[in-house]
Amino acid sequence: MFEWLFSATWSPVVVGAGIGVLIWMTFLLSDRPLGVSTAYAKTAGMVEKAISRENVKSMPYYRQVTPEVDWQWTIIIGVIAGGFISAYLSGTFALSAVPPLFAATFGTDTLLRFSVALAGGIIMGIGARWAGGCTSGHGISGTLQLSLASWVAVVCFFAGGILAAGLLFGFGFL
Amino acid sequence: MPFEGIRQNRSLQVLLGLVFGIAFGFLLQRGGVTLYDVIIGQLLLSDFTVVKVMLSAILVGMIGVHAMKTADLVRLHVRAGSVGSTVIGGLIFGVGFAVLGYCPGTAAGALGSGALDAAVGMAGIVIGAGIFARLYPALEGAVLNRGKFPAETIPQLFGVSPAPVAGAVAAMIVVVLALLAFMGL
Repeated sequence: MFEWLFSATWSPVVVGAGIGVLIWMTFLLSDRPLGVSTAYAKTAGMVEKAISRENVKSMPYYRQVTPEVDWQWTIIIGVIAGGFISAYLSGTFALSAVPPLFAATFGTDTLLRFSVALAGGIIMGIGARWAGGCTSGHGISGTLQLSLASWVAVVCFFAGGILAAGLLFGFGFL
Repeated sequence: MPFEGIRQNRSLQVLLGLVFGIAFGFLLQRGGVTLYDVIIGQLLLSDFTVVKVMLSAILVGMIGVHAMKTADLVRLHVRAGSVGSTVIGGLIFGVGFAVLGYCPGTAAGALGSGALDAAVGMAGIVIGAGIFARLYPALEGAVLNRGKFPAETIPQLFGVSPAPVAGAVAAMIVVVLALLAFMGL
């Protein structure tokens, strides 16, 4: 009866519908769209705060995105935990450092993969805050509200992503 | 509005954030979109899992949120974008998307399922967000407000009510999902 709870993957359409229902709940119970990139900005603010409390007070961005533990911060802890619970229940949890596709293209060097991931993360962190949201905040929560900015953002996410992935891996679809 | 008591309860909201996060992480992991190969596969247009998850979430979420809005149960949270912020930031994000191979949410779900490179990527996103915060005063004056969009929402842009736009978007999503299934993608 509960086999579905332990199966390795669910249909993408079912998972998407689940995310849609989850967003009904965030609007209804928390009066918020579902987004995770703010949590990273809050974490950056917490690091700045640990170094210099005065410095953070003088930075205008952290007056908008306050570096504190709240809904928008705990969500990212939840996502890590949820990913673990899902992987553990389906028996797919495994420590890994270099994903198969990366290894097949650029080799199995862990340090190379970590350097690329760090660089990619830095670019993404700048871009997410620059655009005011990420794949969840703009890409799903914003587009479903028919936000003009979010539809423009998601087109740009994929335009930049398809171009950069093509340059890195070759444009296989051409 | 109903649920205002729950919405104003700060400690309950911190807990709810955690609960919603767990559900989101579970769904992302189970959908396969916490895998680097699946995300890069989408950007190389060889695996359409990411698009299917997103379109299905938009379809279901859009219908529910707009129905609840009509019933005065929820309010929308949209902000006007601009060319300087949305387009430039979106393109930078896209490059990071391809280089990292995860997005901010899926990186967290990937870390939960054991991908250590996702943890390094998450540290990078924090550093990037910190760099943006430092650049923010200069960027706000020079770039972010350039080319403001004329409307907050697509219905406002066309001067119509949300229902017909939501209907058209829903129909478009169903067609694209059916087409992907038909093509075996």
